Amino acid sequence: MNNVENKVARNRRFDGIFAIIGLLSTMVGMIVLTALILDLATAGASRLSPQFFTSFPSRFPAQAGILSAWVGTCFVMLVTALTAVPMGIAAGVYLEEYAPKNWLTALIEINIANLAGVPSIVYGLMALGLFVYQLKLGQSILSAGLTLALLILPIVIVATRESVRAVPGSMREAAYALGATKWQTTRDHVLPYSMGGILTGVIIALSRAIGETAPLITIGALTFIAFLPDSPLKAEFPFISFEWLWSPFTVLPIQMFNWVSRPQAEFHLNAAAAGLVLMVMTLAMNGIAIYFRYRFRKRIKW
Amino acid sequence: METNHAGTGYLTTQAQVQSLATNKTIQKIRERIIEFAMFLCALSSIAVTLGIVGILLFESWNFFKHVSLLDFLTDTQWTVLFENPRYGILPLVTGTVVTSAVALFVALPLGTTIAIYLSEYANNRVREILKPILELLSAVPTVVFGYFALLFVTPLLQSILPDLPGFNMLSAGIVIGIMIIPYVSSLSEDAMKAVPVHIREGSYAMGATRFQTAVRVLFPSAFSGIASAYVLGFSRAVGETMVVAIAAGQQPNLTLNPMEGAATITAYIVQVSLGDLPHGSIAYQSIFAAGLTLMCMTLLFNIGGYLLRKRFREIY
Repeated sequence: MNNVENKVARNRRFDGIFAIIGLLSTMVGMIVLTALILDLATAGASRLSPQFFTSFPSRFPAQAGILSAWVGTCFVMLVTALTAVPMGIAAGVYLEEYAPKNWLTALIEINIANLAGVPSIVYGLMALGLFVYQLKLGQSILSAGLTLALLILPIVIVATRESVRAVPGSMREAAYALGATKWQTTRDHVLPYSMGGILTGVIIALSRAIGETAPLITIGALTFIAFLPDSPLKAEFPFISFEWLWSPFTVLPIQMFNWVSRPQAEFHLNAAAAGLVLMVMTLAMNGIAIYFRYRFRKRIKW
Repeated sequence: METNHAGTGYLTTQAQVQSLATNKTIQKIRERIIEFAMFLCALSSIAVTLGIVGILLFESWNFFKHVSLLDFLTDTQWTVLFENPRYGILPLVTGTVVTSAVALFVALPLGTTIAIYLSEYANNRVREILKPILELLSAVPTVVFGYFALLFVTPLLQSILPDLPGFNMLSAGIVIGIMIIPYVSSLSEDAMKAVPVHIREGSYAMGATRFQTAVRVLFPSAFSGIASAYVLGFSRAVGETMVVAIAAGQQPNLTLNPMEGAATITAYIVQVSLGDLPHGSIAYQSIFAAGLTLMCMTLLFNIGGYLLRKRFREIY
């Protein structure tokens, strides 16, 4: 009898210990994130000045800045968002609302699941062979934006499908009962209701794209760019220009990589400052996404 | 909108019927066009896959015209950029395998523990707070993790292991491991949550503790889902690029010792891409052969994972 009691007590004790181990393991993520941010901040804070954002890279670490990098990131993201968001939402809506149940649909679904597991650098290789050389788009902002768009397409599609699926069938039936066509139902009812979830997915996908480095290095992004792409807005008619699409470019993470891989410690300070800017951007985007998810989940009750 | 003018009383003129009919036809055509455009967007994902496979095979084919497959798989030297180039992929493969092994050594135990904790121990409030923070780990740009590995983890490890070189696979692997924890833990947690409650209750009724239930009942029941989490973690670790390119060194090195530096397949691709190689040269083609090897490794592992899942699948 005593034996059993001992055993029960021992098991209970172990159960309690495991609860603590589990909590600590879960905290590992938080600890690493804190260490990461503190490390970047202590090293990089001294370099964060307005001059850092308005200077081109330079041989002298104290004068180097991220002007061409952040401008490049903005241009590339513009191309990525304009391509991936409409395509991803359209594909997601099609698969959820329109697609007939046949082998082609099944193939597309399996394919999207598999694409999400393909290493990002492989997308870079594909873009190098296809966009840069076969389609002759060159090592340009356009190639880079399209590459990242393909990379985040599965994320946008999956997010769209999940939130479209959450719209109850009664909404659609009500619209059909009033004589709306399929597209009218989708446009006026299904999409507005699922916008919260889609937006969350889009923001997360774009934050992923901002931090991507490897595929852009593969397609031949330069690491030293001391000029800006052609301005998209012009003073004379037709006021808008697309020359910038063909411009060589660099982006923030590539600039950071370039500074990290130099042996001089002064450049590592610049890398830390650039990393801090990147972290603030991605964490802010993820924060917004989490807030959206929280708010939309609260507001809509079926 | 289009049907408004039909509703003015019961007397509908011939013209109104006519215009209603044309509106209907136009609408139908519009619906079809929209549907077709959306179908094309969905189909684009298949085009991407075909593009990836096609380009990798095409450029690798050109590569293997110059280099025999046997040399590629058995030679122990990878010196493509040297005067007397040797094309043995083995050193890059070992670099990739060692860093991934270190990463899995970190991520699997931690990820599984976290999954058990979140699904069986934590109450709702704790979970709502901890999960988003954990998932932020996968949002951090990998180049930042590379910086962290090189300039924070390596010096930290060097204070314990004074002989550790500045570039080593150990710190890169550990950081990748931490990075992929969210992938492992959240899929495993979903799998464990999906185990029906009555199985859990059966175990508790037998007097098992939460830990015993989790390890001896839930883990085996959810194993097929947990295995896919592990396979995803491995795919991420193998394909990770920036951390190894920054912290593990750029020198191909045939070794299984994580305390040394070695280039991985991905780090090699980055290294070559940074230099300005002429399109069509063997070095240019070699990155596609390296990429193809990477794809084959993930594919093999995925097939293994699939067989494992099929073998251990539990159906309720």
